[in-house]
Amino acid sequence: MKVLARIATATAVALALGVSVASATEITFYYPIAVGGPITKIVDGYVDAFQKKHPEITVKPVYTGSYQDSIVKAMTAAKAGNPPDMAVLLSTDMFTLIDNEIIEPVDTIANSDADKTWLKSFYPAFMENSQAQGHTWGIPFQRSTIVQYWNKDAFKAAGLDPEKAPATWEEMVSFGKKLIKKDASGNVTQWGVEIPSSGFPYWLFQALTTQNGAILANQDGTKVAYNDPKVVEAAQFFADLSMKDEVMPKGIIDWGTTPKDFFEGKTAVMWTTTGNLTNVKANAKFAFGVAPMPKKVRGGSPTGGGNIYIFKTKDKAKQAAAIEFARFLTTPELAADWGIATGYVATRPDAWETPAMKKYASEFPPAIVARDQLKEAVAELSTHDNQRVTKALNDALQAILTGGKPAKAALDQAQAEATRILGPFQN
Amino acid sequence: MTKGRLNIHVQGWLLALPAVVLLAAFTHIPAIKTVIDSFFSTPHGARPSRFIGLTHYHSLVADPIFWRALTNNLLYALITVPLAIAFALLMALWVNGKISGRAGLRLAFFTPTILPMVAAANIWLFFYTQDYGLLNKIGRTLGFASVNWLGDPATALPSLMAVTIWKEAGFFMIFYLAALQQVPPDLYEAARMENASRWQVFRRITWPMVMPTTLFVGINALINAFRVVDQVIAMTGGGPDNATTLLLFYIYQVAFSFWDLGYAAALSAVLLTALAAVALAQFFLLDRKIHYR
Repeated sequence: MKVLARIATATAVALALGVSVASATEITFYYPIAVGGPITKIVDGYVDAFQKKHPEITVKPVYTGSYQDSIVKAMTAAKAGNPPDMAVLLSTDMFTLIDNEIIEPVDTIANSDADKTWLKSFYPAFMENSQAQGHTWGIPFQRSTIVQYWNKDAFKAAGLDPEKAPATWEEMVSFGKKLIKKDASGNVTQWGVEIPSSGFPYWLFQALTTQNGAILANQDGTKVAYNDPKVVEAAQFFADLSMKDEVMPKGIIDWGTTPKDFFEGKTAVMWTTTGNLTNVKANAKFAFGVAPMPKKVRGGSPTGGGNIYIFKTKDKAKQAAAIEFARFLTTPELAADWGIATGYVATRPDAWETPAMKKYASEFPPAIVARDQLKEAVAELSTHDNQRVTKALNDALQAILTGGKPAKAALDQAQAEATRILGPFQN
Repeated sequence: MTKGRLNIHVQGWLLALPAVVLLAAFTHIPAIKTVIDSFFSTPHGARPSRFIGLTHYHSLVADPIFWRALTNNLLYALITVPLAIAFALLMALWVNGKISGRAGLRLAFFTPTILPMVAAANIWLFFYTQDYGLLNKIGRTLGFASVNWLGDPATALPSLMAVTIWKEAGFFMIFYLAALQQVPPDLYEAARMENASRWQVFRRITWPMVMPTTLFVGINALINAFRVVDQVIAMTGGGPDNATTLLLFYIYQVAFSFWDLGYAAALSAVLLTALAAVALAQFFLLDRKIHYR
């Protein structure tokens, strides 16, 4: 009798569960990891908190590797007719996702007045890479800018003011020359500056072009200005740092090992993403500082990082659930928490007014640098057929930096190539 | 009688069926599909793919990165294949002799093969790091200047080749070791009675006797040279300025970064043809000159 009762209860529970599972809307969420730290754990925590608040929605978070792995997975899944419901992908992948018709404009599904306020709550600099063709396609999530990290101990040892990072291009060179240290046989043991140039040199280069007053692409992503004289000048400066002024190592500087170079004292200044902030804080064995980009005619950096995209599906309930989760992930409290955990810039001004963020910022002032730099930030280079168009620039930059081609000739060639690729998108 | 023969045929086909199905599903059908796809444009959202004939092949001929990748790959094959074979044979001859610590030495030579390529690439990445990497540290104590191994177009490709040779030589050594143990000892005894020099013994006995292994290893090494992609992704990303872009890496980039699947299919068809030609040439031409017992 007892056994029977147990079976009956078990069946009832199973049925109840079954029913609740069946009625819950299940959404798949792809996300990449591009910085250090226990990211999967943090994301799982967010998902749990969300599901407690919304028992009618089940979120299936899927870690999809690097940004590149993630877009490959999302695109192939979509082409096979089984796309994720939402994904965090590079903000610059926007045109690729639009052209392949696999994402939904956010403003068409989230169109209440509250939603309009929500989409306006982010920093305008982050929205530049989220909007095209009169629609909003991406919701800023893990966004960054480039900042300078400098080794205060090395500055002091070189007789420089340890509290003052290079503020202009001239200072980059003059400070750099003072920071150079050589061993007995004349080999450099400490460089003045490292600007990484492997993989995606265009991004760091875009900081230089911005400071020189050039804009690399139009908002529609149909035209680039690779051989603008200001861009050529910036490229020449980039190359001169290693070849003429000799304050930076020659050849290609690896993005991945640049923070290690900084920790090892191989370079006194490095340029890298603000997303590395938590990493540097944990690993630098010396006093370090974080500064905004130096100025030429102006300051500034491109933004970078990933947005949340909502994928096309016939199931409107899933889309609504995905939007709900996106709203949850971008509340001021979560934006602040995500920023503190990773070093990414919290994406909206009111996130910086939350108690947690205020406490963090007062204890660790470098965290504010990237936010304050947003005033001067520009959209990251993004066009139709994006990876091909940026590859033309990447190849040109690497040729210039390794002495393979003069700046003007290399950029003229990149411009011709980009114009050819963008031809079909002109009208 | 006829029924019995039919039975045997049916049985034979049934036995071969699993292999035939697997090969067809994962090798032959995709290969044929790739060649067909290379004559069609890449579908883009609502724009379906359409027949465009040889257009992809025309752009391929005009594509400087394709030619760069092809030249890089030919260089890669020309340099890594003979060197890997030479090292493999040297190591096999060494550990085949009666020396102390032979088992340990064999294991040491074989270890690189056991490592996954990406893990090996990461170890080498550390060797090649400028200034504080292992190679530069050794170089510096000897008084050489630091070299940016992977960041200089002149040294990047040779640096990748070294990884391949290091990794493959140990693997091929195993085949040579097996082959060396198959050489009849009476041949060596006869040579000793004739007072043959060590070089003559190698030239006239060992080398011809291991020739079938050399052919086998050669084909594998050549095919592997065109299948290199892991270390390019892990170590250089094809840079600087395409100096380390190899064919398969370029195909991956065109397909999964540029999403130009039609063009990637055309590139794949070229690679496929080249590999098939290599394999056929080696089997049909070299086979005749090889000594089989």
